[in-house]
Amino acid sequence: MAMLEVEGLTKAFGGVVANNDISFSVEEGEILGLIGPNGAGKSTVFELLTGFHSADAGRVRFQGRPILGLRPDQINRLGMGRTFQKLKPFQRMTVEENVMVGGLQHDADLGAAREQALTALYFVGLLDKRNADAGTLSTGQRKRLELARAMATGPKLLLLDEVTGGVDQRSIPALTELVGRLRSQGTTLIVIEHNMQVLMSLADRILALHLGRKIAVGTPREIQEDTLVIESYLGAAYA
Amino acid sequence: MTLEIIIQAIISGLLMGFVYALIAAGLSLIFGLMEIVNFAHGEFMMLGMYAAFWLWSLFGLDPLVSLPICAALLFCLGVATHYGIIRHILNASMLVQICATFGLAIFLRASAQFLWTPDFRTISHPIVEGRVEIMGIFIGLPQLVASLGCLLAFAGLYVFINRSDTGLALQATAQDREAASLMGIPTDRMYALGWGIGSACVGVAGGLLAMFYFIFPEVGFLFALLAYVAVAMGGFGSITGALFAGLLIGLMESLGGLLIDPSFKYVFIFAMYLVVVFFRPQGLFGRY
Amino acid sequence: MPSSSPPPLSPPSRATVDDASLRAALDEPSRKPLSGRQKALGCLAAAVLLAYPFVFDGPFPQHVMIMIFLYALMAQSWNIMAGYCGQISLGHAVFFGIGAYSSGFLFATYHISPWLGMLVGIFLAMAMALVIGIPTFRLRGHYFAIATLVIGESVQIIFQRWEFVGAARGIWLPIVRENAWLNFQFNESKIPYYFIALGFLALATLAIWRLERSKAGYYFRAIREDPDAASSLGVNITLYKTVAFMMSAGFMAMAGTFFSQYILIVDPENVFALSLSILVLLMAVMGGVGTLLGPIIGAAVLVPLSEYTRIYLGGTGGAVDLIIYGALIMLICIYKPDGLIGIAKQWLGRRPPPEETAHGDA
Repeated sequence: MAMLEVEGLTKAFGGVVANNDISFSVEEGEILGLIGPNGAGKSTVFELLTGFHSADAGRVRFQGRPILGLRPDQINRLGMGRTFQKLKPFQRMTVEENVMVGGLQHDADLGAAREQALTALYFVGLLDKRNADAGTLSTGQRKRLELARAMATGPKLLLLDEVTGGVDQRSIPALTELVGRLRSQGTTLIVIEHNMQVLMSLADRILALHLGRKIAVGTPREIQEDTLVIESYLGAAYA
Repeated sequence: MTLEIIIQAIISGLLMGFVYALIAAGLSLIFGLMEIVNFAHGEFMMLGMYAAFWLWSLFGLDPLVSLPICAALLFCLGVATHYGIIRHILNASMLVQICATFGLAIFLRASAQFLWTPDFRTISHPIVEGRVEIMGIFIGLPQLVASLGCLLAFAGLYVFINRSDTGLALQATAQDREAASLMGIPTDRMYALGWGIGSACVGVAGGLLAMFYFIFPEVGFLFALLAYVAVAMGGFGSITGALFAGLLIGLMESLGGLLIDPSFKYVFIFAMYLVVVFFRPQGLFGRY
Repeated sequence: MPSSSPPPLSPPSRATVDDASLRAALDEPSRKPLSGRQKALGCLAAAVLLAYPFVFDGPFPQHVMIMIFLYALMAQSWNIMAGYCGQISLGHAVFFGIGAYSSGFLFATYHISPWLGMLVGIFLAMAMALVIGIPTFRLRGHYFAIATLVIGESVQIIFQRWEFVGAARGIWLPIVRENAWLNFQFNESKIPYYFIALGFLALATLAIWRLERSKAGYYFRAIREDPDAASSLGVNITLYKTVAFMMSAGFMAMAGTFFSQYILIVDPENVFALSLSILVLLMAVMGGVGTLLGPIIGAAVLVPLSEYTRIYLGGTGGAVDLIIYGALIMLICIYKPDGLIGIAKQWLGRRPPPEETAHGDA
């Protein structure tokens, strides 16, 4: 049984069909990349999976449990975590306190939660910034904070929304490597990315969306050569 | 309880509704621009009323004649408030913004009480006084003129916002201040303009109300309360919503007092607000 | 995420960071212990507070302090909800009034001890918070604030017409001369009132102190900062907002009972007034919202201001204290939005001296 099974996921906002009958599955321990041009519906998939919007139709099973209709906090407690494309640090709390919020989900005891939090900070390389206010961090640091926070909840499946978006070129390899280490820890990942190089090195499989529909799924090599995918990004002339 | 009495109540409710709509529109305009609720709005109206009163008492100007002066004075007050206070708290938390305008409200109300005593004032014998009878319905002439004045001002505001270049610039700033400023629309000036116009609206309402309403330092409280409810019910930032909600509140106030219970009419208005936002958390026409 | 032992790999780009730094961080206490200076100041403050009513034994200075304690208690209650959890209520007087009416009514009608009445009041206030919260917590920001405002006003209007509790006249508590402590009524001296008020305030402050160091405290602040992010991290938003609201309501009800036993008159004008809700808000913000001592400082500044200007400027100058109030609030919001506590912290030297900044802000 796959860790995540999605069937017929559909969601419309007013007249715009953001997700149209999307089906896929994610195996335990793999990294699934999710790509598509802007407006393809990638973030909507995340919103639906994590309970921030209600789906119009479809079924989702996480570790065998149906999860559509559950609240985001319930889904997180089942073992699915996420980061946000538009970063959401708890600005007036310190870095450590930010990650503590995640840690407390994992361990109600403050001491254990703190250990969890500090370990996550160490993992992403923000340990020395733990007493800084989250509002003072740079974008790259905020990305790592967001990751550490989600990690601290101890998820089995982590949804990363454009983790390299807005980060300068020099920092990308370190972030990529960080995500790879997450997988080697045993976390399953779905990663929305625009940066193809990052996905090439990380993803086991890639799912391509276009205008709300799934147009291709396969290994990175296969996707790179898929005509539909090329067409969706660059236009028919290049297919 | 004849049909005539009910129609009478509906008419006077609608008339008052236009006044509420104008007050609410000013509030909604400011909120739409910068997401700040002016909790001193009632006090601005009170100042508009006092302005009309003193212009009449000291210079013999009828409220209808001094109306442009009242509007201009309140416009200046609005602009001054923006430059003096609001500009400094634009990036502060919602709580700080609420407190700043509450502080202003307290300051203005207490100053009015200090300067002009809590005594009730009225303007006697304005140009417009007495009643008219239309098809068996009696309507106070000042109330009718005030209502029409507010309706005209509201229409003027609507046309300005939606048809004029400056109005569109205001809308642009409201929707995306960065993009607007990149297009050459000066954000700070738009904000000041918004405050000026929003305050002028309530100055017009106050000036017109002065024709027949008592004038005293606390007079703004109830009007402001109803205006907040109107803005929230209509949807923060929606001028159309302010109109509908203002009329609805005017009607409920009048009919509720007549048909249900005069003491509880405000409770029913408040209950209506809660019901509306329960089903539509963003208000009738709101964006969120 | 497996156990708390550090991960095996250490990338070359972070060669200077290693297991030792993680161990060091874990060994550090999670909160800086109080400095000697802070402890000394704390003891001094406690001594002053305990001695005050005996040194200044006139009824007026004692009354001012009692009012400070009462308002500080209310500001602290509001602080739990708005400062720590980020839900801005403009109708908090509702819970104050419920507390006052509950114990006042039970005492006046059935001669039930106000202490018991207070428990009833707290229970009713918490129940009311639950009832109000469930439908209104879906509202965001200003919509929620206006909803609390109209609920507060509605309750005041209802009580003004409700004959059962005396309508506009309210409840006039009987003066009883025996069993002062049981009947929570002290006619000879204000000193017992002083210490009870101080005790209530200390209780509320202690509760917030514990809250800051608890899971609920972290969750409240997360909800305040970003509810969506909090939700994605497993925080049940509605549950915790409700808990904050109920805690807040309970303390307000306590204050209400105290007020009714101190003033001996409970009427809608006194206990449900919007001005009360607003005052409480302003004190908390002026002192420093979301902090432990902010509301106390806010009350300590604004209450004497209003009490003394009333004395010295009297009748027609009665509005002057409000003019100063309003101006002060605007100034604080513009120049020191973190509240007076920011200034106080600088004075008291809570900013760590240079050699300690290794632990401080990076």
